[in-house]
Amino acid sequence: MALSGIQIYKLLPQTNCKECGYPTCLAFAMKLAAKQVELTSCPYVSEESKVQLEESSAPPIRLITIKSGHHELKVGNEVVLFRHEKTFLNKPGLFITVDDNLSNDQLMEIVKQVDSYKVNYVGIELEVDGFAVLSKTDDEKKFCEVISTIRNVSQKPLIFISKNPKIIEAGLEIISNEVCMISSANSTNWEEMAALAKTHKAVLVVETETIEQMAELTEKIKATGVEDIVLAISASDLSSNLSQQTKIRKLALKNNFKPLGYPTIVYASSVTTATQAITKYAGFLVLEKFSPALVYPLLVLRQNIYTDPQKPIQVQPGVYEINNPKPEDPVLITTNFSITYFSVANEVEGSGLPAWLVVADAEGMSVLTAWAAGKFDAERIAKSIKGFNIAEKVTRKRMVLPGHVAVLSGELEAELPDWEIRVGPREAVDIPKYLKQAI
Amino acid sequence: MQIDIPKDKWQGAVRTITIGATSNDGGSRQKTIKIGGQKTMPFMHFENEIPHRPVVAVEIKDHRPNDWSPLLLEAWKDVVDDPGIWAKAAEELGADLIVLALSATGKEGNPITPEEAISATRSVLESTGVPLIVEGPGQVELDNVVLVAIAEETKGEKLVLGICEDNNYRTIVATAMANEHLVIARTAMDVNLAKQLNILVSDMGLPLDRIIMDPTTGALGYGIEYGFSVMERLRLAALQGDNMTQLPMIVTPGYEAWKTKESKVGVGVPESWGDWLERAINWEVITATTLIESGADIVVLRHPESIKIVKNAIDELMTVSA
Repeated sequence: MALSGIQIYKLLPQTNCKECGYPTCLAFAMKLAAKQVELTSCPYVSEESKVQLEESSAPPIRLITIKSGHHELKVGNEVVLFRHEKTFLNKPGLFITVDDNLSNDQLMEIVKQVDSYKVNYVGIELEVDGFAVLSKTDDEKKFCEVISTIRNVSQKPLIFISKNPKIIEAGLEIISNEVCMISSANSTNWEEMAALAKTHKAVLVVETETIEQMAELTEKIKATGVEDIVLAISASDLSSNLSQQTKIRKLALKNNFKPLGYPTIVYASSVTTATQAITKYAGFLVLEKFSPALVYPLLVLRQNIYTDPQKPIQVQPGVYEINNPKPEDPVLITTNFSITYFSVANEVEGSGLPAWLVVADAEGMSVLTAWAAGKFDAERIAKSIKGFNIAEKVTRKRMVLPGHVAVLSGELEAELPDWEIRVGPREAVDIPKYLKQAI
Repeated sequence: MQIDIPKDKWQGAVRTITIGATSNDGGSRQKTIKIGGQKTMPFMHFENEIPHRPVVAVEIKDHRPNDWSPLLLEAWKDVVDDPGIWAKAAEELGADLIVLALSATGKEGNPITPEEAISATRSVLESTGVPLIVEGPGQVELDNVVLVAIAEETKGEKLVLGICEDNNYRTIVATAMANEHLVIARTAMDVNLAKQLNILVSDMGLPLDRIIMDPTTGALGYGIEYGFSVMERLRLAALQGDNMTQLPMIVTPGYEAWKTKESKVGVGVPESWGDWLERAINWEVITATTLIESGADIVVLRHPESIKIVKNAIDELMTVSA
């Protein structure tokens, strides 16, 4: 937790020398607390105070970066417990496990699939972040073969999983110019693992049974000079995972408890564990196997939960031409909330039928929400129709309203007397059928 | 190392609500369901005891829903032709509650009549022992006619009648009061709208422990983050002591998830979406469990496999660990 102005003031020289550019040390302290000036502006601050102030200004959850090739993944730096308080910032990294027991053909197939996996969600390309290489056989040669095979195909970041430092070391020796993550250090192997993390500049996963053990172990490891740490606490079920993750997040944010001020990692073998990892605080999520039917919804969930609640994704209001509409084709109207727009646009496009799609400025809300909030009423719709001059583009003035706002059709007829107002389906998925049958 | 875990000490609590009545209390249910009563955010067992678990309600229709995804119809098979048999099958799969969602039309395509609605309700009550939620077709005049008929016919059963919305709640609330039932109050993903409707409904004289609120949600990919945050905010407000938000919450992840293209459509979709059935079930399960962890007390589901997975997740979440 950041220090208050008064707490900072106590660490300053309190001489009011004005060399920082402020009239008093207190004024300077207030500016520091607001993060509007740098501590370096004070020439007389003691070394001791400097250390304390720097520590207090460090983020409560350390930012961890892993990278390889052109891929860079940043995790941590979170500032809230609930996304509505501000926003969740850095999406948890999603990794797929590959083990060294697979045949070469199986391995190649999985790696190729994961590496090339891309899925489009509301115009954004979503993909998997990397591979977690699991040593099942405890054989260094096999472990290295898997890594080489992956690197022949994919440049995505890697996590190495083994409790045996020799295996991890062998893996680290054969990669270069990348920051990978090694998993994991525990109460018995931590000295060797920490040494490896330090030498190879790798991120170190620390694994314990309880958060008390975790706090002790991360302190010991930090004392060896390793700072990029990720926490793995064993959890037997959804309940214990939820309470461990919540306790860690609360201790880091509310108490500025440094020994647990790191992102966490969750290994998931079920859809419900993976779901909880995304909504409740995991920094990294490692899936046991790759299945597009699970990865797609999880990537979407991650995208949804990490959307800034203050900034719903909006599309530009205006007229969108779909499938090259001609003057006699229908005019559809919807709001400028991105999900609403993409649902409607995708359906119209998929139907193969041409239409003019008018996107009204409803302040980024969906049809029902905007209607309830008075941002998508007859007056606003009429204004969009007139403002975008759609009447000049069509010969047949025929407009289709979303089914959810059928109640507006009467008022709209009054606002736009020369238009024919039609009521479309409530759900976007029914638009193709509607266009084929009713238009 | 001794660590002092920061615990929230909340002033308020969610109201405890009982659904259904046994023969001792003037109904015919074999058991009742209690929900609510929490004094912490969801599943924070280390802060306080959690008295009642979230429950799974299973949605059925009064006759074969031809607009449902073929995946659902395949899973339920022929039971969908009879609400009594369907409800029984749902109960056997572990449904804590049944939601009978009435269609706007009867079997012959006629507008549904009060007699048809009563007969469907009766057959569900006779074939099952769990409490029942009955929802009208969602058209104001039709809702009022069928719900009043059902409420009178089943006086004392402590059914939950739905759906009260700001443009239509008076008739439903009045009949719930007169016939000892509960109501669902639904608003569109907004904390203040939810509070407002709860006030309007309770101002008519219906006690707050007979109102369940439905803050609505979007499915995964279709606005779930709004539902998620509105529910977290409502629950925080309840714990902070705001009387008009201290009601248990019902949400409909089954309905929301099964109207998305991802669940409804199996052909002509991107290959990266993966296997249709697996994806569709994941869609419903992820939507449901995300909302359970943000405070839902009742989730209404549709697919048998989702019911199983979500019930297991609730079992795990209710495990008190060290």
